[in-house]
Amino acid sequence: MRLNYPSNVKVVKVPCTGRVDMLLILKAFESGVDGVYVAGCMEGECHYLRGNLRARRRVEQVKKLLDEVGLGGERVEMFNMSASQGQRFAQFAREMTERIRSLGPSPAKKNKEVLP
Amino acid sequence: MIVGNRKEFGEILEKLGTARRVLVLGCNECVTVCGVGGEREVGVLASELRLYWQKEGQDFAVKEHTLERQCDYEYIDAIRPLTGEYDVILSMACGAGVQYVAEAYKPRLVIPAVNTTFLGVTLEQGVWSERCQGCGSCIVDMTGGVCPIARCAKSLLNGPCGGSSGGKCEIDRDTDCAWQLIVDRLTESGQMERYEEIQPVKDWRTGRDGGPRKRVREDLKL
Ligand code: SF4
Ligand code: SF4
Repeated sequence: MRLNYPSNVKVVKVPCTGRVDMLLILKAFESGVDGVYVAGCMEGECHYLRGNLRARRRVEQVKKLLDEVGLGGERVEMFNMSASQGQRFAQFAREMTERIRSLGPSPAKKNKEVLP
Repeated sequence: MIVGNRKEFGEILEKLGTARRVLVLGCNECVTVCGVGGEREVGVLASELRLYWQKEGQDFAVKEHTLERQCDYEYIDAIRPLTGEYDVILSMACGAGVQYVAEAYKPRLVIPAVNTTFLGVTLEQGVWSERCQGCGSCIVDMTGGVCPIARCAKSLLNGPCGGSSGGKCEIDRDTDCAWQLIVDRLTESGQMERYEEIQPVKDWRTGRDGGPRKRVREDLKL
């Protein structure tokens, strides 16, 4: 299809979005990313039945945590698309990139942990 | 198992005050099973703290560690070398664990990150329900295996009260009336004669009303 999507998006492959634990998303933010989105299969079409539904709940939970911490829950999102919907994939990549651009860089980059 | 809830992040921050060298200490037992203070939750809380202090541009050191149990001295003692490097220990165990850690590492500040709530069971993944209040003198043989002390809002020994309606307790529609459950179970098992027996006033001295409890088993001592 030769579709373009913003080059700032880094893809992390997982076997199913059900693999995406809250900690994975939080670790990404700790490493300095500005936003994270989870691209799951369409609801009702999960090969493992409920992987994408679980991922969505975890994303919702991470939104709450990011709000509490002051990074803003909008920096994380869940999108659904089927494997054949390249257009949708590119569209969400653009949407999320625009959203994060308007939010600006993650405020959690100011400092690095001083290890004991 | 012992069931609890994670404290709100804001409350934890407030309790931490100016402390920035924090040892987040989990427990591998009950609090792991109820998803509130195991290795994973330690990771999440530590991550929240790091992100917050990174955002605030402050210097900090957050260490994650999870003990097999925080209610046994041997496990607690094993982290002695580690504790010296931190201002506070943020314990994610139940209240018993928090206290034992505090006792072992006095005068170091130990802060609870969990609100310990009840003794209960897992109804389904992610859902827990209270079952026992540790009254020290169990009577569920009389009540069809349903505890009226923990599960009746009024802890009635001879129920139900007038608030029982349609099988639900008057405190809210989602809570089963314990006494309805008791009557149903006694009926099912053909033991309704037990319901006729009036339970005398309970001797609460075996429970919390008798003061803090202690158990000694001479045969188990070393
Ligand atoms: S009767 Fe007492 S010991 Fe038995 S389940 Fe109820 S509170 Fe627990
Ligand atoms: S309605 Fe049932 S459970 Fe609720 S207080 Fe009355 S007897 Fe107890």
